[in-house]
Amino acid sequence: MLSDKDRIFTNLYGRHDPGLEAAKQRGAWHLTREMLAQGPDWICDQIKASGLRGRGGAGFPTGLKWTFMPKEVGERPHYLVVNADESEPGTCKDREILRHDPHLLIEGCMVASRAMRAHKCYVYLRGEYIAERHALEKAVKEAYEAKLIGENNVNGWDFDLYVHHGAGAYICGEETALLESLEGKKGQPRLKPPFPANAGLYGCPTTVNNVESIAVAPTILRRGAEWFAGFGAPNNTGTKLFCISGHVNKPCNVEEEMSLTFRELIDTHCGGIRGGWDNLKAVIPGGSSVRMVPAEQIIDCKMDFDSLRDLQSGLGTAAVIVMDKSTDLIKAIARISYFYKHESCGQCTPCREGTGWMWRVVERMARGEAEHSDIDMLLDVTKQIEGHTICALGDAAAWPIQGLIKHFRHEIEERIDQYRAPRALVQGHVVAAE
Amino acid sequence: MTDTFKLNIDGKDIEVPRSYTLMQACEAAGAEIPRFCYHERLSVAGNCRMCLVEWEGAPKPIASCAQTVGDMRPNRDGSAPNIRTRGDYVEKARNGVMEFLLINHPLDCPICDQGGECDLQDQAMAYGRAGSRYDLNKRAVEDKNMGPLVKTIMTRCIQCTRCVRFAAEVAGVEEIGMISRGEDAEITTYLEKSLTSELSGNVIDLCPVGALTSKPYAFNARPWELRKTSSIDVMDGMGAAIRVDAKGDAVLRIMPQVNEEVNEEWLSDKSRFVWDGLQRQRLDKPYIREHGKLRPASWAEAFAAVKAALASPDKVGMVAGDLIEVEQAKAALDLARALGIQSTDCRPAGAQYGTDGVRERYLLNPTFMGVEEADALLLIGANPRTEAPVWNARIRKAWLWNGLEVGMIGEAADLTYDYAWLGAGAAAPDFKSSDFYKTLEAAERPMVVVGEAALCRADGEAVLAGALQIANEVGAVSEAWAGFGVLHTAAGRVGALDVGFLPGEGGLDTAGILSGAVDTVVLLGADEVDLSNLNPAGTVIYVGSHGDAGASRADIILPAAAYTEMAATYVNSEGRVQMTAKAVQPKGEAREGWAIFRALSDVLGKTLAYDSAEALRAVLREPEGSVFAGLGFAPGAAGAGALKALIETDQALSDAPLTSPIKDFYLTNPIARASKTMAECSLLGRGLETPVAAE
Repeated sequence: MLSDKDRIFTNLYGRHDPGLEAAKQRGAWHLTREMLAQGPDWICDQIKASGLRGRGGAGFPTGLKWTFMPKEVGERPHYLVVNADESEPGTCKDREILRHDPHLLIEGCMVASRAMRAHKCYVYLRGEYIAERHALEKAVKEAYEAKLIGENNVNGWDFDLYVHHGAGAYICGEETALLESLEGKKGQPRLKPPFPANAGLYGCPTTVNNVESIAVAPTILRRGAEWFAGFGAPNNTGTKLFCISGHVNKPCNVEEEMSLTFRELIDTHCGGIRGGWDNLKAVIPGGSSVRMVPAEQIIDCKMDFDSLRDLQSGLGTAAVIVMDKSTDLIKAIARISYFYKHESCGQCTPCREGTGWMWRVVERMARGEAEHSDIDMLLDVTKQIEGHTICALGDAAAWPIQGLIKHFRHEIEERIDQYRAPRALVQGHVVAAE
Repeated sequence: MTDTFKLNIDGKDIEVPRSYTLMQACEAAGAEIPRFCYHERLSVAGNCRMCLVEWEGAPKPIASCAQTVGDMRPNRDGSAPNIRTRGDYVEKARNGVMEFLLINHPLDCPICDQGGECDLQDQAMAYGRAGSRYDLNKRAVEDKNMGPLVKTIMTRCIQCTRCVRFAAEVAGVEEIGMISRGEDAEITTYLEKSLTSELSGNVIDLCPVGALTSKPYAFNARPWELRKTSSIDVMDGMGAAIRVDAKGDAVLRIMPQVNEEVNEEWLSDKSRFVWDGLQRQRLDKPYIREHGKLRPASWAEAFAAVKAALASPDKVGMVAGDLIEVEQAKAALDLARALGIQSTDCRPAGAQYGTDGVRERYLLNPTFMGVEEADALLLIGANPRTEAPVWNARIRKAWLWNGLEVGMIGEAADLTYDYAWLGAGAAAPDFKSSDFYKTLEAAERPMVVVGEAALCRADGEAVLAGALQIANEVGAVSEAWAGFGVLHTAAGRVGALDVGFLPGEGGLDTAGILSGAVDTVVLLGADEVDLSNLNPAGTVIYVGSHGDAGASRADIILPAAAYTEMAATYVNSEGRVQMTAKAVQPKGEAREGWAIFRALSDVLGKTLAYDSAEALRAVLREPEGSVFAGLGFAPGAAGAGALKALIETDQALSDAPLTSPIKDFYLTNPIARASKTMAECSLLGRGLETPVAAE
């Protein structure tokens, strides 16, 4: 278990004042000027050495990403864009940072901007995050007033931060769709290449990072890359915010060391599974878009990128959705499929047409009104979407269904058989077919 | 870094420029790549996902339309990347995309106008599966109103967004877009109105399925029943390449053909939809006016009447109209001179140009395509959007992608691109001190284009002289670049000028002929002229294809063939000699224009020396250096030398605004005025609703 002294987000639960003075007492804005003075290469090297991997879901090494920005600022300015469009079902970690520890994020934005030679940073907030926006804007105002950011600030790096409020579309969390939306266009993913580091916001070099990835950066620099790298397994280092929801006794957000086992995570922080460990059926370990893992495989699995990838699932955003034996898994996946059908932008064919098809078939399976052959057909349809789309939403829509069929095919078959079985007598009368 | 990149496509080594897309590279290697959203004249959208190919080692298939070859990397061992456009992997991917496209596409091919020329149909045959696995209800989408030209059946739409990109990029009107998202995404126009573009019909050709089809052509024919004839359009001075599709004796549709130098592959709405005008208001037999009323007559009767009217040649004037073909102009002119008629003219009333024998002074020397090389363009009294809409799209293209800067002296108008407005009157006192003049001076290939109408005013000669002087001052005229030109709106004008259809020795010009100074006026399809001052006791002979202003004033009518009914020569604004082809027979007793004058010459005892159209064209080609010697090319910079001489004039430039000759784009000639479709467009264009008959 992570000891309190090693927590980065010391006000995760909002028990203390999120304001500037209190944040400073918790360590924010300490030695920022000195960190910035070390220059971009030092910052990137430190982040690389810490082994920090992107906290937005894909787990791409953050330090490496920062070095993709051009080494010199040419005619086009550089931009940092922070992705606070946290919409992945099950995920609610950035929300807590924005509400209770906004100064860590603002400081992180400044450090990251220095690392990529940017003077401007945009924070793209999810449309539904009203209170979070107020909290962040308040903190930004405090930082400006204290001359921590802005022109000629005390930290010695001209830096402006703008908060942009989205309109609430899941697809705007995809980095290029986010940039389109930020530019005032319809939020539809762009073709890649060119990648944002080459041509991003307004065609300028841009890096898009998750809130958590940015917010942990100053603390890593203050306490040293070795300190951060000391947590977790190799290649999966650091501390991470986990969002545990579903059938546990005490659902919660918690900062924990990477690579602890699922059992440790649940027993330490969530008071165990509802009805005991024997009652566990399956877990979606990384937000709704990763494949589910059945109980026997997840219980002693390490909660990190590589271990979960080996189970054909993923850590994603570390939104752990726990489902006990009372769960109708087919119905649950049908609901997730509906979500992706609803959030598909409609730009490219496989996702536009396929998400609706999948949802309808899964919905039918949940009622049992399907054919046995539909299962293989559905699996084939998911394969036709996966990897054939412009952005990853197609994959995200396909994976939950693949996970369901891979691990719980028998449940679907049983449901179909049950539906087809002769109807039971009801109060001694055969119910006529209509 | 070299400019080329090596690839191995389907086992074949190939080296292509780095700027190529992977799709182009595959095509260069001889592979066929299916596509829906990709179009070479539009930006890359990459959304249909049909063009997927396999890049060995890549985790997923690559959309070849969106992958630039220059962004690719060699294999780890330095060998060329292996691309496969065939095989199970690629076929499975395409098969999947095809299936997705079809699940919500209606199976209504038997009643779809796109049937037989549908990309989706063809590619479903080649890449689709035999049956459908989709047993759910298909999606239905409400049809949108896109005006009188474009019919929509939106359930068929596959959201390729070609129409959206065309409207935004080529037409310059951002009025089509995709609303909603996911499977509810729909293509619609802004507030369901027709596009405010003269190029809107092109979305019909672009649409790979039957979602956008031609409204006037709806349910008229199947493509395989149509006789297809390559020809030339005459609705404006561009001479766009067209294909005339006919069934029986009727033209059923007109479509653009590719001519990179003229129209690329676009066509204006007038050129495309004018065909119903070819069936209406036609002059199909000779008429003679008796007791104030026109009565049908035989050719012999009509010729006898004409003979009487031409009895005193010095009291006869001939005016050629906008659509006159070279052959008719030549035959009419030869007959006129043989009879001693000197009052002949093919220009609008008041024209002040064309008589000095310098062809370059009335041609668009820089050529239509030349605007893509130009870096600054000055328009004087020309509105390309209405006078040559397809060229306007090309100007827009150059403005959008090449940084072309445009300035305009004349009536301000929405040209779909930004321009510096330098004043409405020809005098334009602030022009020389303007920023745009500096741009023009600094430009490497500046272009100065004068609208023909600007040369048909009281100060026409001064406008021509002034424009030529500006062109020389800013360096628009050099050995390699002839940057001065005149934009004509009439298809027949340049050809008639080339033939010399101008006032002869002591003859009157158009204004003179129409002022009542002559007794007999012969109108060769001239309907855009003011006939109100003619001698009331005189005779008007009308030779033409449509009953319009000229025919209703005429005393004798000789019916002629229209442009789709004969092989005839036209010369476009650039001086490009092109030929139409005969797609259908002339209506009734109508004859080709030159043949009417050939027959008439017999009656008048001045038999012309040619008795076939080919023999006539041979006469035209005969003189040394004849412009009719070669077909299909524009002289371009070859004429630069002739532009260096300036024009002396004592006229002063006036402050009167330079106005466009086109008051209503859709109704500029007798064929268009006979078209119901054009009438509807005209009403809409003027903000009026289409009248609905009481039921």
